[in-house]
Amino acid sequence: MSNEHTQAHASEHTGFPWKHVIGLVLSLILTFAALWCVTSFAFSPALIVTVIVILAVVQAFVQLFMFMHITEGSKVWQITAIGFGAFIAFCVVAGTLWIMLFAL
Amino acid sequence: MAAVTNHNNKPYEPLEYSTEEGSLRIFGFWLFLAADMVLFACLFATYLMYIHHTAGGPSSKELFEVKDFMIETVDLLVSSFTCGLATLEMRRGNKKATIAWLIVTLILGLVFIGFEVKEFTGMVQEGATLQTSAFLTSFFILVGTHGCHVSIGILWMLCIIAQLATRGINAQTARKVFIIGLYWHFLDVIWIFLFTAVYLTGLVL
Repeated sequence: MSNEHTQAHASEHTGFPWKHVIGLVLSLILTFAALWCVTSFAFSPALIVTVIVILAVVQAFVQLFMFMHITEGSKVWQITAIGFGAFIAFCVVAGTLWIMLFAL
Repeated sequence: MAAVTNHNNKPYEPLEYSTEEGSLRIFGFWLFLAADMVLFACLFATYLMYIHHTAGGPSSKELFEVKDFMIETVDLLVSSFTCGLATLEMRRGNKKATIAWLIVTLILGLVFIGFEVKEFTGMVQEGATLQTSAFLTSFFILVGTHGCHVSIGILWMLCIIAQLATRGINAQTARKVFIIGLYWHFLDVIWIFLFTAVYLTGLVL
């Protein structure tokens, strides 16, 4: 654990910010991949929406780990809080759609 | 808060975590972000509910311009990147570079707001207003709430830049720069979902 931290420390204090550039490039790739899925394919809307939502979730993880330093500080508590928030958010959105649109 | 005290024993810690108060405030901000996420989830759920309730007004396919929302998206992604560089330079102790990247971020934020205002006014001129349909009400509220967050972020960032310029980088200002960074990246994450659930889905459904 402490080793990991000193390494992160070293790369953070000198040299080119590779982590950030990779984060930006990944974000751009994922964004344009989602746009490409929507504009170039004639699959069913359900399939396309599923794919672009997965791409969005991946991109959210890129932000959390590449830019937001979620693994620093009170690591476990932060991840628990964000995880719980994401769980509630998912329940609100998926639950609403399930009940109201699909009328099950 | 075992994690916080453990952290103090580690050989390296960035300046913003160096005091217990700093660590706790950063953790507190993560809690705020989790709560804000739930707020947006409610707005997303409402929007997705009413996506087809256009009441004879314009639909998402007629309103959304790929070029316009792609410019907004790329602009916000790049601003998230430059904000990350500001945090990095803050940790390297470079006050001038930190301020410079924050100013770049701020300008990109203003450009984003400019495009959003242009988009909204364009839609209103085409007769797509807040009152037109349930679809448009929930659209303007959802996207507008995000835009409001970005606007507040811009004002907040101005204050942080002023504090950095006068006080330099210390445990307090470092924590403030880190937290505005978290906020800004979080707004980018929300936009990713707006881009996906509102704009891209609007082209498909």
